[in-house]
Amino acid sequence: MIPIRQHEGLVYPLNRSNIDTDQIIPKQFLKRIERQGFGQFLFYNWRFDENEQPRVDFSLNEDRYQGATIMVAGENFGCGSSREHAPWALQDYGFLVIIAPSFADIFYSNCSKNGILPIRLKETEVQQLMKKAETPGYRLTADLEAQRVYDNEGFEASFEITSYMREMLLNGWDEISVTLTHEDKITQFEQQRS
Amino acid sequence: MGDPQTIVEKIWNKHIVHQEENKPDLLYIDLHLVHEVTSPQAFEGLRMKGRTVRSPERTFATMDHNVPTIARHFISDPVSRKQMETLYENCQEFNIPLTDIHHPDQGIVHVIGPELGLTQPGKTIVCGDSHTSTHGAFGALAFGIGTSEVEHVLATQSIWQAKPKTMNVKVNGTLAPSITAKDLILAIIGKFGVRFGTGHVLEYTGEAIRGLSMEERMTICNMSIEAGARAGLISPDDTTIEYIRGRRHAPQGEEFEKAAASWKALATDPDAVYDAAVEIDASEVEPQVTWGINPGMCLPVSGNVPSPDSAKTGAEREEIERALEYMGLEANQPISSVPIQHVFIGSCTNSRLSDLERAAKIIEGKTVHEGVRAMVVPGSQSVKSAAEEKGLDKIFTAAGFEWRDAGCSMCLAMNDDIVPPGERCASTSNRNFEGRQGNGARTHLVAPEMAAAAAVEGHFVDVRSFFTSAV
Repeated sequence: MIPIRQHEGLVYPLNRSNIDTDQIIPKQFLKRIERQGFGQFLFYNWRFDENEQPRVDFSLNEDRYQGATIMVAGENFGCGSSREHAPWALQDYGFLVIIAPSFADIFYSNCSKNGILPIRLKETEVQQLMKKAETPGYRLTADLEAQRVYDNEGFEASFEITSYMREMLLNGWDEISVTLTHEDKITQFEQQRS
Repeated sequence: MGDPQTIVEKIWNKHIVHQEENKPDLLYIDLHLVHEVTSPQAFEGLRMKGRTVRSPERTFATMDHNVPTIARHFISDPVSRKQMETLYENCQEFNIPLTDIHHPDQGIVHVIGPELGLTQPGKTIVCGDSHTSTHGAFGALAFGIGTSEVEHVLATQSIWQAKPKTMNVKVNGTLAPSITAKDLILAIIGKFGVRFGTGHVLEYTGEAIRGLSMEERMTICNMSIEAGARAGLISPDDTTIEYIRGRRHAPQGEEFEKAAASWKALATDPDAVYDAAVEIDASEVEPQVTWGINPGMCLPVSGNVPSPDSAKTGAEREEIERALEYMGLEANQPISSVPIQHVFIGSCTNSRLSDLERAAKIIEGKTVHEGVRAMVVPGSQSVKSAAEEKGLDKIFTAAGFEWRDAGCSMCLAMNDDIVPPGERCASTSNRNFEGRQGNGARTHLVAPEMAAAAAVEGHFVDVRSFFTSAV
């Protein structure tokens, strides 16, 4: 996993709540057996019409948001299916930071296994960012070490994250390797039960 | 005697492998269920690092999401075929038991786990599927995980988890006749919303829950994730124990009696404290129909579709407007006036034998309405054969239903069972998200009886009228 410490990037606002993983990546793209290449299918049914042409009324298709790496969204982002194809698609498309008032539990955990930083901010802060990101070229910095989000216009907010997840993301650790350092305890647990 | 504990605390404490400050607990996993869609990248990850599956005997695989439910001797879609072949090869390589597409036990992972007796009280159960919460009906701690976690559990038989909060979802009173578990869980999500369970394990308690069969309890726990909760469970009782008795993977004979006693002891202690609680009166629940694009957007069948004017906030207004537009509905329209073109009876929520029996009772001697395509997809091949022994297949096909092989099918439309754009489906599944049953498809979630009644009438009706009008 690639570590993420501090990230500065263009902001894309998607002001909807309860964005489910079926929207993030529709099921017809879950048949592949690889981890890569899902970015082209991100928000597929919102981005493309039935003739596979970009929909002009979906904001991610607008010029001003091309190259965005930080997404700001509404409450309960990533609800529904546990498909890790959702964070894979977001990351492959280019998003490294997702900011929302709340996330669905499984999605939040899936992000942390893939080097995507999910940031919970207050609803009022998220709405502030939604407005700011209307301006073409609006950029933010997310600093995981300092647990802070800020821009160069005076916006600043802090966020909570567990120290475990923070360490994982900062170091880009392979969780299985960490766990295997406790392998003797797993064996001991199994022996005691049998 | 220590402090009174909830079932979640009891199961949790029995599974801690390693604990240290400022870290989640390392939790042992008793049963890891695997299917074709969320596992290939996990197995590939193991191979890339030269790792192996730690406990193949605690791992069990099936094919369900992607499988055809008709003419299954040949899978025409090469990408789907490759995914299924990959699971087969992975299970061969790592010695994992698999019910492949031709196996008599094949079925939806959350149907066959309980059916085979793999699902038992007190177990920690995971699967790369959010509806793993289903197994909580047995008093197991069961939750969905992502593919990285699938790889982690394959390699270590354990998972890092922060101890979740607990919430008591107390269902007082009893359900009225003909009101089902599906109506109850939809009413709960309708009342408290699609994220009230986030960060919690829901424990369903109360008189109405005690009165439910195991299959009904599975319907309830299945949709915990639709309330935002990764897991939902019900303390085991005699109903639980009698369901498990004699099943293939359950303990047998004297061992079973010992196990049963320990299972009963898992039930939440009187006076145990939850982190949160909600209550609902079962007697008020009517047959439910969803009108919108998430499961919280539901109504009693006697109700009208909401108007954006009823919204309390600007955001809610926009949400209603977007849902109405996607669903092709008018504000204030009676939900019963909406014509449907498809009926799907199936999914891990409602595809078990009792679901099919109840639907068959409605459909018997009647005909599917003109212009409606109706389909029954049993949850497992075992459910299918048990239903055929009872003659249910004949009742359904005589009425004009298609009778299919087991799989997830039209719940998520990964195979060929798709609702076309703009068309409407009365579905016994669990998600009415945009495009869930096909790009542009419009899903209305209902109970099996309600789906059957809608198939006959061509629109939603109160299923209770089928009983009162009977001569």
